[in-house]
Parts: sequence; C-alpha cells; structure tokens
Amino acid sequence: MTLDLLYFAWVRERIGQPRERVETAAATVTDLVAELRRREERYDLAFSDLKSLRVALDQELSDFDAPLAGVREVAFFPPMTGG
Amino acid sequence: MRVSVQAEDFDLSGALDGFGTAPGTGASVTFTGLVRDDGGDLLHMEIEHYPGMCEAAIAKIGEEAMARWSLTDCLVIHRHGRLRPGDRIMMVATAARHRAEAFAAAEFLMDYLKSRAPFWKKEVTRNGADWVAAKETDENALKRW
Repeated sequence: MTLDLLYFAWVRERIGQPRERVETAAATVTDLVAELRRREERYDLAFSDLKSLRVALDQELSDFDAPLAGVREVAFFPPMTGG
Repeated sequence: MRVSVQAEDFDLSGALDGFGTAPGTGASVTFTGLVRDDGGDLLHMEIEHYPGMCEAAIAKIGEEAMARWSLTDCLVIHRHGRLRPGDRIMMVATAARHRAEAFAAAEFLMDYLKSRAPFWKKEVTRNGADWVAAKETDENALKRW
C-alpha cells in the first residue's frame, strides 16, 4: 500500500523533510516504524523513543499498535503544545 | 461555533462581533493567550501546525464543549507562524445561559487545546532555538474533565 508520511516539529527536523510517500506492507504503525528505523540512521534517531512521540492516522490521534489497513496518511510528532 | 487557524493577528472586538447574541445567552467569557517571555531573551516563537487536522481537532473539542455545557456559542482562534513576545497567540470565547457554564467551558477548551490540538511551539532566543516540551501538568489537567 502507498502511505503519505508527515513529520512535525523536531521529528521533521531529525528526519530532514516534512513529508514523503512510501510503499509498505506494514500491518501496524509499530511495524512501519521498525521498517523506517532500518532504512537510515536519521529515522532510527527520530524514532528511538516512542514514548516521546504521538501518531495520527488520517488526521485522528491513534496508537502505535493500530492497524494501517485502509489508512492513507500517517503523521508523527511530539506531544502537542498549543494554547 | 467558529474555528479559525490563521497566521494573521486578530482583534478582540472584531472577533467578538456578533458573538453571544443567540437567544438565551446570559454570559460570555473570553480568554486571550499572549506570547510570554520568561527568560527575557526570547526573540520570537515559531508555531507549527498540522493543517487540516488542526481545524478538525479543534472543532471536535468545541462540539464537546457545546454539548457538555449547553453553550449557545463557541469561538476558537489560534495563530501559527512567527510570533513575538506580547503578540496574541490564541483566544477562546464561550457563551452560555449562566457564567459558571461559560467559565467551565472556556477552561475545558483551553486545557484540551494545549495538548490535543496539533500545534508545536519553538522558542528562538539569543542563545539558540528549542522546542517547548509538553508538561505533565498539562496532561493531568485533562483528567479533571
């Protein structure tokens, strides 16, 4: 499946780009993260502490064990600091 | 209900024009957040947001507030981009039959916007730039609702 990946705040800075499109067979967000971490060191660094990250699937906050079936957009970012 | 995520500044009288005029409204509460310079060396703040998800997440929080406190109206404006100390960063307004509901709903909106709306703040000071970390107290603030 084809996924649009979006990165925000320091995740974007560590990875070095705001978005990219990937082909993957990952079943869950955790599987996708493992796949990305194997790609390059910058991904490994960005995803080294999942507790400090949040994920949104098609713009809804979600969990790392959520399935990716039917999802088009996955966003990774640190805990939000609005207001 | 009105939600606006924008780069432009806003003024309160313009934002509140026509707000809280629905029948049955007896109280209106407004809150404005400003960029604060705690260390005295803040040059500016960069506010990053997730376009699309931002508006949807705020609308969802607003709808919940409307339902929980039977609000007659609700308004959220949140800016993004480069802001300097003293600049307006966001505002919420609530309208209800009575003040208790209007105050409670405004606090609920603020607590949820802080940690559930996809914004991130980066402080740029004379000594460098750093992302503002989420506070545990902000997450704990959600538990009271």
